[in-house]
Amino acid sequence: MTDTLTPILTKFWDDPQSWTLATYERHDGYKALKKALDMEPQAIIDAVKDSSIRGRGGAGFPTGMKWSFMSPPDGGPRYLVVNADESEPGTCKDVPLMMANPHSLIEGVAISSYAIGCEHAFIYLRGEVVHVYRRLLRAVEEARAAGYLGDNVGGKGVKVDITVHAGAGAYICGEETALLDSLEGRRGQPRLKPPFPGAAGLYARPTSVNNVESIASVPGIILEGADWFKGMGTEKSTGFGIFSLSGHVTNPGQFEAPLGITMRELIELAGGMRGGKKLKFWTPGGSSTPIFTDEHLDVPLDFDSVAAAGSMLGTRALQVFDETVSVVRAVARWTDFYAHESCGKCTPCREGTWWLRQIMDRIENGQGTQDDIDKLVDICDNILGRSFCALGDAATSPITSAVKYFREEFEAGMHTPAHELFPPENSVLFPVQTKESSGMVSA
Amino acid sequence: MSGHDASGHLHVSPESKAPYAADVLEKLYADAAEVVARYPQKRSALLPLLHLVQSVDGYVTGRGVSFCAEVLDLTEAEVSGVATFYTQYKRHPNGEYTVGVCTNTLCAIMGGDLIFDRVSEHLGIGHDETTEDGKITLERVECNAACDYAPVVMANWEFFDNQTPESTIGLVEDLRAGKDVAPTRGAAKVCTFKEVSRVLAGFHDGRGDEGVGAGPASLLGLKIANENGWVAPSSNGSGRSDGSGATSDGKGSK
Ligand SMILES: Cc1cc2nc3c(=O)[nH]c(=O)nc-3n(C[C@H](O)[C@H](O)[C@H](O)COP(=O)(O)O)c2cc1C
Ligand code: SF4
Ligand code: FES
Repeated sequence: MTDTLTPILTKFWDDPQSWTLATYERHDGYKALKKALDMEPQAIIDAVKDSSIRGRGGAGFPTGMKWSFMSPPDGGPRYLVVNADESEPGTCKDVPLMMANPHSLIEGVAISSYAIGCEHAFIYLRGEVVHVYRRLLRAVEEARAAGYLGDNVGGKGVKVDITVHAGAGAYICGEETALLDSLEGRRGQPRLKPPFPGAAGLYARPTSVNNVESIASVPGIILEGADWFKGMGTEKSTGFGIFSLSGHVTNPGQFEAPLGITMRELIELAGGMRGGKKLKFWTPGGSSTPIFTDEHLDVPLDFDSVAAAGSMLGTRALQVFDETVSVVRAVARWTDFYAHESCGKCTPCREGTWWLRQIMDRIENGQGTQDDIDKLVDICDNILGRSFCALGDAATSPITSAVKYFREEFEAGMHTPAHELFPPENSVLFPVQTKESSGMVSA
Repeated sequence: MSGHDASGHLHVSPESKAPYAADVLEKLYADAAEVVARYPQKRSALLPLLHLVQSVDGYVTGRGVSFCAEVLDLTEAEVSGVATFYTQYKRHPNGEYTVGVCTNTLCAIMGGDLIFDRVSEHLGIGHDETTEDGKITLERVECNAACDYAPVVMANWEFFDNQTPESTIGLVEDLRAGKDVAPTRGAAKVCTFKEVSRVLAGFHDGRGDEGVGAGPASLLGLKIANENGWVAPSSNGSGRSDGSGATSDGKGSK
């Protein structure tokens, strides 16, 4: 039996200089790399496969399998590209990880690159987090100076270097093929698959795109062993992950726990709902995953259990909304987001999100028409499964799930604006001076 | 060449096409060579080079577009097409500080909408507009990966956590007054838009060791684990995880 929380990547985030090489080495840093360099690359891939770790970037594809699906070496370059674009609404785990413990990622990149035969790896970081970029640049400098990166890693003649690349603001660049186009200096628009990146990725060479947390978990698997990793989590969702609680809980924050912990447990750790209010709805894995309600508090937060309950584990981005919040307002804002971030490449998403936005706007303003709900659901049906990439599908998740659980609120949107049904000042964290009353309404 | 005109998206003023002074251009070429050297194929340097242009011009100028096109052997249309795709590239002169209020759902509901409205009213400008003194460009931004610190405000892409309308108005006033302002989690002070753009082009400014490693919300789970003596299992199976009667109810284990 494992403990409720298992700090591994977060273990020394409270160290005064948690991000430095010295701190990392004090906590067994780069021991896994030394061990890995004495292994055959294939043995590293096998260990990662054996751990059954599934990608931490949302889709949950087994990392070891992804690596072994790469086209075999042909003498030309092979690439590892770390997806550090973290822009899915609600997701806030990779950014604090890279800020507090960048070397866990750098060590993971060094080991993973050696395993897949990559000599030049990339970390694609979203551009809107400048201090995280500084921390990564600094960590790479330190690792290079210490011989953990460069032309002769660990004195074993292995070559691995890292370019940390800053994006420039576009959610779609988190989609792995859009990311590759962006990294090649183009507009970030998804590519047709196949060919998959494992066959033709960056510069049309075999490439593995992996999430930050996936790669940062590799040193632990190598140092402690696949069985150690499998000793946490569930049979089909092994290991640990960082769960990010935000919103109307008393104390939002990050919780590193075995996969399979429940929302009930996490909310309790977060000190319960703020002000004793009732939970209304929450996202298990970011705004792209269908919402859950208080019915789902005991669903184990692992890939399969969440899927069986009708949503997705996604990035464990647990956004919590209490009874003061209009689900229509929340969904309307997410819809704005998808319409804004649609890359425009395919018609169902480009046009569909625009229409969804018009309708959600009407409903939020109490001006919905008789058939608006049917129209919403119908448009969602036409986007889902017909879009070029998963962003289009994602745009439909909040809408269809919210209509499913809270249809009456959408119906109320035919006559009453959301802000009358759910005065926004009741949901905010600070006291609000409303325009009508000069008195303080406490939130 | 007028690719950017043909694209119809990037409106550049005639001044923005005035050639760079010789010394500026020389430095730009030297920096650009360094950026290009980081990549196996030079086109990959385009995003950092556009950040570099903004570090000199404060936005993506016509001459900046021509510069990138020349260095990377691209057409100006290709460069403009990329520049207009990404929200961090500005099409008109940016203020010295971009103040971005997160108004994605979670932050909006926790107070971001009110913060944006109050700051907008206070400054007399709306989204993507700049104060007359050229100091502040106000923006609504999407989720910035800090939801556990909602409501979040970014100033030149540094984190200001747990904001209120008063705290953000205080922030913009301090920035306008030229005071040094320290983010909640970030460098010792917020640097200017141009300075930060240079960092985003990959030129480290030596501030990586400044600031905290993690804020209180990031540390919450760790703190609770430490208080309860919860730890990850150890590899040889002798850790407290087996047999110590750990507090777990076993939900997470197989
Ligand atoms: C619109 C969209 C945005 C995405 N954003 C991210 C992201 O920010 N970070 C990430 O790791 N994966 C993101 N993904 C998933 C990636 O496409 C990819 O599955 C992932 O990076 C693979 O890494 P993993 O196997 O380690 O999870 C996104 C996918 C889509 C469709
Ligand atoms: S689904 Fe949307 S984001 Fe994806 S390719 Fe189509 S338009 Fe672009
Ligand atoms: S919603 Fe504002 S930082 Fe995530």
